[in-house]
Amino acid sequence: MLNNREELIAYRAAAEKDYAAQEKKIIVCAGTGCVAGGSLQIFDRLKELIEAKGLPVELGLAEDPHSPGLGLKKSGCHGFCEMGPLVRLEPQGWLYTKVKVEDCEEIVEQTIEKGLCVDRLAYKRDGEIYREQSEIPFYRQQTRMVLEHCGKIDADTIREYIAIGGYSALEKALFDMDADSIVAEVSDSGLRGRGGGGFPAGKKWEQVKRQKTTPKYVVCNGDEGDPGAFMDRSIMEGDPHRMLEGMIIAGIACGASEGYIYVRAEYPLAVRRLKTAIAQAEELGLLGENILGSGFSFQMHVNCGAGAFVCGEGSALTSSIEGKRGFPRVKPPRTVEQGLFDKPTCLNNVETYANVPSIITNGSAWFRGFGSEKSPGTKAFALTGNIKNTGLIEVPMGTTLREIIFEIGGGMRGDGEFKAVQIGGPSGACLTKEHLDLPLDFDTLKKVGAMIGSGGLVVMDSHSCMVEVARFFMNFTQNESCGKCVPCREGTKRMLEILERIVAGEGRDGDIELLLELSETISATALCGLGKSASSPVVSTIKNFREEYEAHIYDKRCPAGACQKLKQIVIDPALCKGCSKCSRSCPVSAISGKIKEPFTIDLNKCIRCGSCIDTCVFKAIKEV
Amino acid sequence: MTAKLDLSAVYTILDKSGRKQQAIISILQEIQEVYHYLPQEVFPILSKELGMSEARIFSIATFYENFSLEPKGKYVIKVCDGTACHVRKSIPILEKLRSELGLSEKKKTTDDLNFTVETVSCLGACGLAPVLTVNDVVHPEMTPDKVVILLNKLKEELQDAE
Repeated sequence: MLNNREELIAYRAAAEKDYAAQEKKIIVCAGTGCVAGGSLQIFDRLKELIEAKGLPVELGLAEDPHSPGLGLKKSGCHGFCEMGPLVRLEPQGWLYTKVKVEDCEEIVEQTIEKGLCVDRLAYKRDGEIYREQSEIPFYRQQTRMVLEHCGKIDADTIREYIAIGGYSALEKALFDMDADSIVAEVSDSGLRGRGGGGFPAGKKWEQVKRQKTTPKYVVCNGDEGDPGAFMDRSIMEGDPHRMLEGMIIAGIACGASEGYIYVRAEYPLAVRRLKTAIAQAEELGLLGENILGSGFSFQMHVNCGAGAFVCGEGSALTSSIEGKRGFPRVKPPRTVEQGLFDKPTCLNNVETYANVPSIITNGSAWFRGFGSEKSPGTKAFALTGNIKNTGLIEVPMGTTLREIIFEIGGGMRGDGEFKAVQIGGPSGACLTKEHLDLPLDFDTLKKVGAMIGSGGLVVMDSHSCMVEVARFFMNFTQNESCGKCVPCREGTKRMLEILERIVAGEGRDGDIELLLELSETISATALCGLGKSASSPVVSTIKNFREEYEAHIYDKRCPAGACQKLKQIVIDPALCKGCSKCSRSCPVSAISGKIKEPFTIDLNKCIRCGSCIDTCVFKAIKEV
Repeated sequence: MTAKLDLSAVYTILDKSGRKQQAIISILQEIQEVYHYLPQEVFPILSKELGMSEARIFSIATFYENFSLEPKGKYVIKVCDGTACHVRKSIPILEKLRSELGLSEKKKTTDDLNFTVETVSCLGACGLAPVLTVNDVVHPEMTPDKVVILLNKLKEELQDAE
């Protein structure tokens, strides 16, 4: 328990010393992606091997290190999920990719004992080998501020966070600043809400601070529901203390003494790491009563969502924390006036809070040195879809799509050509080739009818059908519509029906106009952001790819060859050897035949999933 | 009807929660964790103990997608159909699971209560798409063939447990 500032400083100095004494560090990525790839087994195997050799090793950064020199850590997401499981080696800064349990022995013998690089595990591209993580093109182009610790520190150890300067912003906010100067610093930094809207965070804090009603609350929106987005999850998993620190500072600024973090239930690892982090901070006296003897108290709670996308909306989120159905309500009054329990509430998302500690430590001018004038700082994006390097990235605001997709992302996967990128999830829009050189920031995107949203970037190639993409998102929004207001509840249903019939080859003349009319009405009349922006994917795909809609409606043809109901799958009897592999892979048993004779497909049963095409070694199955 | 349910866990959960109405969602989550669904019998208990109407509790239980009023299988398989998984062909995986287990969009759980198959909008493991989870353990880069192998493994586990 740290009772005052001096004790924290002494604690940090000791932690720094021990951290520096760990000359060699093995950092195994334990983000959701790499865990699924087996990184925990790799961690266990490394531990076993090192211990068997009698080498002194320490897990994380213990309070009282017995065996300095070598640290073995489980970190949060390194970001390069495509190449996972990832293992980082320090002090060299090497990154091993696609590591398997069988590789561990070589890593210990070569790298840990002899200091040699296992070149076959290093990242390679176009015949070149990149041993150091910072040299890899995927990382070289990034500016990691919010994610700076993700993949570098042990996510389960508060001591390690403190060793690299953690909670020094809180210390500064508690002892060298007051509420006014904190709000002023955040306002001057120009930090804008990273959850999508881009509302200036300092302005929001100022408004909450001004409210007379007490108690006040600080709430963190970790209900990252957009399909294809996982930035916030990675922060919560990889650097939970950074976000907690940001929230406590918001508490000092706004005059709140309680914080709530609302996390999706689909992120069990994030929930676990947050709970661990809170318990550790409480134990050290960085959360709870009279923090560091400053007189300021702050309690933190974690609430799990229960599977409702609409709860990412502010008023729905607060009513869910209150134990009610997650219905949005009419505004005003706004959340800053009457939010959680009808009290003034400071509601920001994970990434916004995670930006706060470095702003407080380094000052607003430093923060303004990144990004563009109206949108300073960086933004984390989840890069997914038909792209070579899927993963989590962070770039300065104002970076162009071209840099993100072709340099960091490494370009398209497979033979497809770049067609569009979907940004901002179900509320966002599709951007095309002509937008590739637009600087990505809040205002520029707004001008072209898109939004950054939470930051999911789904890249699509020439094999993706834009009408089907629009249908996919409308299906999602329709499922998640809470049902409170009629325009959203009924309107999205009607739009989905129309899109479904278009992709099924039953589109009618006038459908495009009807879609546009419906979307205008829904946007103008729906109650909350979910409904208002529900039609964005449809409107933007009509605007940019109208000819695809027309081909579906009038020619009953899918130009991308993606719409399942508009295609037929046939087996070429001249090429088929009758091996029966396709019939075994068919999920609906639509393929039959005699062994060593050409097989046939029952088109009435066939769901046109294409799995037979993938399995056929003789390339006898085709779509026509 | 099956044998009477042991509801003592419900009281333990209530005691731990401090019986606050505000905690209803986490109470329901914990109950579901124990029983794998929300048994009908718990609603009158919760109503009495928390002082809120059964209708209100029911409205919450039906609003949130994660709650189930039907018993779920020992293995809950969730197929991700988020954007990234969808683009990398998650539907054939879902179809294969359903056909192997004799399930459909309407019928989500097998009669022997061993398997439940559902979809989820995004698990955030997009780099490994397409993915599915079995009792929250992520299985990356699935294919219809891998589904069969996985199911066989799970069935063996069930037999071993007996």
